[in-house]
Amino acid sequence: MIEFLIQPWPWYFGGTMIAIVLFLLLWTGKSFGMSSGLRTVCSMMGAGKKVSFFQYDWKAQKWNLVVSLGVILGGYIAANHIASTEAVALSPATIDQLTSMGMTDAGRHFAPDLLFSNAAFSNPYILLLLSVGGFLVGFGARYAGGCTSGHAISGISNLQLPSVIAVVGFFIGGLFVNHFILPLLF
Amino acid sequence: MKTILFFTIGTFFGITLYMSEVSSWFRIYEMFQFNAFHMYGVIGTAVFLGVIITFSIKKLKIKSVLDQRPITIPNKETGWKRYLFGGIIFGGGWAISGACPGPMYSNLGAGFLPIIVVIFAAIFGTFVYGVIRPKLPH
Repeated sequence: MIEFLIQPWPWYFGGTMIAIVLFLLLWTGKSFGMSSGLRTVCSMMGAGKKVSFFQYDWKAQKWNLVVSLGVILGGYIAANHIASTEAVALSPATIDQLTSMGMTDAGRHFAPDLLFSNAAFSNPYILLLLSVGGFLVGFGARYAGGCTSGHAISGISNLQLPSVIAVVGFFIGGLFVNHFILPLLF
Repeated sequence: MKTILFFTIGTFFGITLYMSEVSSWFRIYEMFQFNAFHMYGVIGTAVFLGVIITFSIKKLKIKSVLDQRPITIPNKETGWKRYLFGGIIFGGGWAISGACPGPMYSNLGAGFLPIIVVIFAAIFGTFVYGVIRPKLPH
């Protein structure tokens, strides 16, 4: 049991745990949507004074930020006290591709050093890439009214056609950038 | 009490994101390359069980554990433009940063500190959307 839990979780186990998170949040009368917290932060910082989109009772949404803070702790606990390895069992084809793109730690590290080691802080190019990526995620999630948790998991689970359209969009954008833009960037 | 409950659910989710490698930039890259089944398996399992969970909650009229009121799961507004256009933009960002909002927080805790840049940029992106929202097709 312990041996199983400290190894990288297989897809069926990870997926089941995510479904449990969905159930717990629905059971408390809330919803599963991680990007909503980003809007709450904007409102909290006073964006509602100038922009009507952020003018709402954000205090009623504080629970969402509490969940987000919990996720930070969860990442810390998993990386430092649970996981027995930081290697990700990528397919050999993926490792080959990434190695030729300069990410020589593919398959050995959890995240690429090129993007997520502290050296990235002194690399303006990488900081720009991270900023553009984050900006698009935040902008796109709010425009689409949800992200992976809100649309791909909760929305499709509730058989919502808009969520199917959003997920098709996620893949149009993701496939385009992955296949045509990333090779130019790295 | 409620705060502890939500914090604990979040912690459980953060552990799941790391342990199932959903928050790994590499896994997102691999997903968009169709090189492995892993991510599709995770999302597929979650959705398969999610359909059953959501259907059961509605069918059995399960009440909220916190206030005993019936659980309502609102439908998304109809339309397609915002979902398609917003989705495409989100997907592009997902492919670059390798992290959607949940994994961003998990990665921060896991010690991949440059993710903080992604998080601030995502907050800024959310803000910019709010500003130009009236001009966008929805």
